[in-house]
Amino acid sequence: MNRPIRVLVAKPGLDGHDRGAKVIARALRDAGMEVIYTGLRQTPEQIVAAAIQEDVDVIAMSILSGAHNHLFPKVVNLLKEEGIDDVLTIGGGVIPDEDIPTLKDAGIERIFTPGTSTSEVVEFIKNNLKR
Amino acid sequence: MFNEKDLKDIEAARDKWEKEKVKKVTSRFPERKKVFKTGSNLEVDRVYTPEDIEDLDYNEKIGFPGEYPYTRGVQPTMYRGRLWTMRQYAGFATAEESNNRYKYLLEQGQTGLSVAFDLPTQIGYDSDHPLSEGEVGKVGVAIDSLKDMEVLFDGIPLDKVSTSMTINAPASVLLAMYIAVAEKQGVSKDKLRGTIQNDILKEYIARGTYIFPPKVSMRLITNIFEYCSKEVPRWNTISISGYHIREAGATAVQEVAFTLADGIAYVEAAIKAGLDVDDFAPRLSFFFNAHNDLLEEVAKFRAARRMWAKIMKERFNAKNEKSMMLKFHTQTAGSTLTAQQPDNNIVRVTIQALAAVLGGTQSLHTNSRDEALALPTEESVRIALKTQQIVAHESGVTETIDPLAGSYYVESLTDRIESEAIEYIDKIDKLGGAAKAIEKGYIQKEIQNSAYNYQMEIESQEKIVVGVNKFQIEEDIHKDILKVDPEIERFQREKLETLKRERNNKEVENKLNKLKEVADTSENLVPYIMDAVRVYATLGEICGVLREVFGEYEQSVIL
Repeated sequence: MNRPIRVLVAKPGLDGHDRGAKVIARALRDAGMEVIYTGLRQTPEQIVAAAIQEDVDVIAMSILSGAHNHLFPKVVNLLKEEGIDDVLTIGGGVIPDEDIPTLKDAGIERIFTPGTSTSEVVEFIKNNLKR
Repeated sequence: MFNEKDLKDIEAARDKWEKEKVKKVTSRFPERKKVFKTGSNLEVDRVYTPEDIEDLDYNEKIGFPGEYPYTRGVQPTMYRGRLWTMRQYAGFATAEESNNRYKYLLEQGQTGLSVAFDLPTQIGYDSDHPLSEGEVGKVGVAIDSLKDMEVLFDGIPLDKVSTSMTINAPASVLLAMYIAVAEKQGVSKDKLRGTIQNDILKEYIARGTYIFPPKVSMRLITNIFEYCSKEVPRWNTISISGYHIREAGATAVQEVAFTLADGIAYVEAAIKAGLDVDDFAPRLSFFFNAHNDLLEEVAKFRAARRMWAKIMKERFNAKNEKSMMLKFHTQTAGSTLTAQQPDNNIVRVTIQALAAVLGGTQSLHTNSRDEALALPTEESVRIALKTQQIVAHESGVTETIDPLAGSYYVESLTDRIESEAIEYIDKIDKLGGAAKAIEKGYIQKEIQNSAYNYQMEIESQEKIVVGVNKFQIEEDIHKDILKVDPEIERFQREKLETLKRERNNKEVENKLNKLKEVADTSENLVPYIMDAVRVYATLGEICGVLREVFGEYEQSVIL
């Protein structure tokens, strides 16, 4: 690969907790990736549009409001509808253990919960790119 | 505080101690770290002595409880007179379920209510708005109209409880609904006690539930100040919040500095709108965070009180003593809770609650052990409330006022936090005040840097979090957590549909049109919002009208 990994860090829904998203964005950047941060209150449609426009390899979403079961799968489904299958989709936030298998089945390849180190996220992205 | 001779003797004794005792030990057993720091990275000395506070003037800087500069507390008797208000922030799903939780908490000995609203409500959308999908009833209760508010407070006498509402951009609408419910209960406005958060600046900085641009938001806030000073005199019209600033990653110094800078901006806006400082300032209240570094947090609360007193007296020429008193609510630090070994969080919360009480808080919310996993279960909330009762009745710290005053360390840390926070406030003044500093992204950037540094310190193990980067154990999947029923969204939408069918829609239209008309003038909007609320115009409709006139805030994304 001759270009840096491109990552869209996104905040779907109405949740305003962006400390984690911003820390992750900066850590990924420090690890040599190109990071685009969407800002707050993005609809799944806006996130997918931004991912296409920015030609990203990874979408990293963060939700702490409990709306993850609704919003994460919606993003993955929209990607499918657009015929995109080579973007790695990951999520993080206050997400109960019990919800994780369902989210994985829906196509969110990894869910990071509180206490995750940024280096863990960096490693996961590097090892699981789909293109 | 000490005479020269004593200080000389202390200095000599200290030199001797360092040479003869400390060196001897450290040459064989080095200390655990090269540099010791507080939770917010202020450097900490091995030991503190009278030398560290030799310039401290007791009467000027510390004084007595209930007296300027209020370093030791805002009331003359503090907890010997009355304990703080134990106020657990709660609300989820529907008004019906939240009403049950409130009644339960009151039965358990809680002394005030604190309402959590869901995100659509906080951002002025009804439950049937497309952006509300998946969010209805999740982080708090969904309120679409006065109908829901009537259910929320059903059977709770509003002249007997004080109610705090975490609502900001649409604060005027929710306050209007509360007043309308009280009227229906036969309780007049002047009997109502409580607080609306109503602090938009920290929404732009850290919390994210803004709607309108800063200028019109400040107008709505000063409208509320003016209305309440005349009509709802016992209501706290704003809760200027450092809590979320700290949660976003700020240090203790930044929490104090940015919160008081926001406070200065509100006072300036109200004065500019023609209000007299002593008419509204007594109803300003604050909201701070309590973290794990016990002594630093206590020093922080003391410093904040002293600073605000001085700001009000010297900068704004307040004459009423009540205008100078920094009264505050505290919540323990959500960001310190770990998903790992969640029962350990009970201990963290205890330390933080102790800090708040030793710091002289007026009310307190203690977090539940499972909040890094989900919304708390009833059992977890009960333990959190009982933690406060144990601190109040068993720990002994309530029997004398400000017991840590005079500690060489705590006094010197209080001074240090004050002087570093003043530096920040000076810098913000130079940038043109808090609103301008936010617009430029200065405050956000400072906080983000602190948040990032903190994360890196965890990852390098410079800071230890038990169960996260040290002392981990194998854990099972966490079950027994609270689930919000997804059916609630449908239920809430159905209620809304029925309401829109049954209310007098002509009347609603009239009141909304009138509101739209006056929004464009400089008139106080609160009475018109009250009129719209009374005829069951929805929150989304009222905010929708204001969105049309005022436009919406566009977040500047800063990384």
